[in-house]
Amino acid sequence: MGAVLELSGVTKSFNGASALRSTDLQFQRGLTTALIGPSGCVKSTLLRLILRLIEPDGGSIKFDGTEITRQNAPEIRRRVGYVIQEGGLFPHLTARANVLLMSRHLGQPGEQAETRLAELCALSQFPTEALDRYPAELSGGQRQRVSLMRGLMLSPELLLLDEPLGALDPLVRSALQEDLKKIFLRLQQSVVLVTHDMAEAAYLADEIVLMNEGRIVQKGTVAELRDQPTNEFVREFLNAQRSVHF
Amino acid sequence: MKAFFLLILVAVSAFGAEPIVVGSKKFTESYVLGEIAKMVLEQAGFTVQTRPGMGGTIILWQALSSGRIDLYPEYTGTISEEILKRPASENDMRKALEKFGVGMSDDLGFNNTYALVMRRETASKLGVSTISDLRDHPGLKAGLTHEFLDRQDGWRPLARRYRLTMPNVLGIDHALGYGALAHGEIDLKDAYSTDAKIAENNLVILRDDMHFFPEYKAVYLYRLTLDRRAIAALNEIKIDEAKMTALNAAAEKTKNYAYAASLFFHAPNDHAVERDLPRKLVRWISRHLELTGISLLLSIAIGLPLGIAASRGGAVGQAILAIVGMIQTIPSLALLALLVPVPFLGISATTAIVALFLYGLLPIVRNTASGLQNIPPALRDSAIALGLEPSARLRKIYLPLASRTILAGIKTSAVINIGTATLAALIGAGGLGEPILSGLNLNDNATILEGAIPAALLALLVQGLFDLLDRVLIPRGLRL
Repeated sequence: MGAVLELSGVTKSFNGASALRSTDLQFQRGLTTALIGPSGCVKSTLLRLILRLIEPDGGSIKFDGTEITRQNAPEIRRRVGYVIQEGGLFPHLTARANVLLMSRHLGQPGEQAETRLAELCALSQFPTEALDRYPAELSGGQRQRVSLMRGLMLSPELLLLDEPLGALDPLVRSALQEDLKKIFLRLQQSVVLVTHDMAEAAYLADEIVLMNEGRIVQKGTVAELRDQPTNEFVREFLNAQRSVHF
Repeated sequence: MKAFFLLILVAVSAFGAEPIVVGSKKFTESYVLGEIAKMVLEQAGFTVQTRPGMGGTIILWQALSSGRIDLYPEYTGTISEEILKRPASENDMRKALEKFGVGMSDDLGFNNTYALVMRRETASKLGVSTISDLRDHPGLKAGLTHEFLDRQDGWRPLARRYRLTMPNVLGIDHALGYGALAHGEIDLKDAYSTDAKIAENNLVILRDDMHFFPEYKAVYLYRLTLDRRAIAALNEIKIDEAKMTALNAAAEKTKNYAYAASLFFHAPNDHAVERDLPRKLVRWISRHLELTGISLLLSIAIGLPLGIAASRGGAVGQAILAIVGMIQTIPSLALLALLVPVPFLGISATTAIVALFLYGLLPIVRNTASGLQNIPPALRDSAIALGLEPSARLRKIYLPLASRTILAGIKTSAVINIGTATLAALIGAGGLGEPILSGLNLNDNATILEGAIPAALLALLVQGLFDLLDRVLIPRGLRL
């Protein structure tokens, strides 16, 4: 299968304070990898570095074997889907226009785009009659579904999810978690998921990367983390969350 | 919108022919002499346009020497003191003026010299009949026109010659000064010896016992390129002092300079009189819309890109906002005055449009910049992460998101422009400022309101139109 994304020696500091220490990391094609850690750690920064929304101080990030540079970033962004906590939907566009934005911008045939849109609605359980509503007229869960559809519209090779369910209430959240899992399996999608919720990570991810204070603490399946924690932090982090969900 | 552009077209096309342009200064007699010249030249078969009440000597002289106007009424004393800045005989004057391509008509037959006037009652109570007598009454309050305060033959040299030491001297508009004098707020003011107000308000002229004031014989200054038949017609005009005073009085009583000028020909000249208010209003309003419309379009065309550049911050952004803000701090009157000497501008609608354009910039630039800067970072990131190029991000995402703020800036700019455009009349660019200015000069509130009310209504109308435009231009999703 191979790595869809490969970070080697990536570092980033903000105002002189080191945020990400030299990090090597590989994300496998077709798998869901969860980046997890206490809030305030650099999980989101990592996604922003991959999309070149911010420039790394050093190291390299390879996407599908090609190093991402400032020059090729715009082209690579179109092959990557990105969903953020509040959805990042454009309030002046309807749900449909948000999802079709890039497809229309790239001049894809309308018919093909509509077919894909119908597919995505079915896949993400979004009612087609709500497509002509504006974000302000949608519920929080619906907004995240539209955001996901927008991220998947161009059939991206990689989907980056930054706390996609973070702002939703528990019932909606749990329903969406189930739908996400089905979608990832169905599409054989490569996914990087940033979350601070161990249960969510355990439920959705094939592999978990636990981070703290700008570095990777342990990488492995949830069972590996639970049974062979590499240090006290891993044990504590899992214990703190297990009490509710396990 | 269509009707608006039609109005502009109509206003612009009226300038197609090559008429003789007659200017005048901002006081009753100059307006009347301007109208008389117009009528005389029209009778001689010329097409004539007037630019009434353009301003003071400097503005009129610049307009004439640069060819913006073809003639205007002037006084010999002003020519020697203010234009040539040296004493000169009439022959000397003609020679000196020729170097500027300017000719001087025969004198019209009256001497309108500067004079100092007081209420008759106060003067006799204090026993003041000459300027020298003022020396014994330094407590009197003087209200002098700004031009007289600064002239070579004005207040300061006069006070020096007569050794006057009056501490209470303030600057006041000519017409308003008569009101202040009548109400006793001031005791002394400068006047023109043919002012109708002198007799009307029971004022007395103080005798210039040291012969300080030069002669102020009325003449027309014209461009030497003017048709010889037109020059001959101007030289035919003869008015004596009594006649001029009567014409001035008629002008102030009827509030109608053209009517007063027509009395010069003995018979009231009806066709020259524009009594028809609706027609005048259409002319003023269409010119007003032309000035504000063109300047607003310019402000948008230049302000929007500047605002976008400023939104990116940095030294360039700071500089743009600083410069645009600085322009706004220049008083509008001063900005007009500063633009008049600029080549290709001068006394014209173009100058007014440039000034209004500069004034209109700040609200548009600032609102565009802040509207763009206030876009939530998450939405910016989303737009970038989707893979839109910078130009597409701006067009499809950022500008629509900032549209409400940007439109608010354009609206502010439009409403401010409609108000400020009334000042355009000061440099002869017309518009609703024309009646306001005449009204101020005549001290006549009804005439002021003929301009002020339509201007206010126009501002309200434009505000309403923009509110409607909001619904079309601001995406529905942002109005939920």
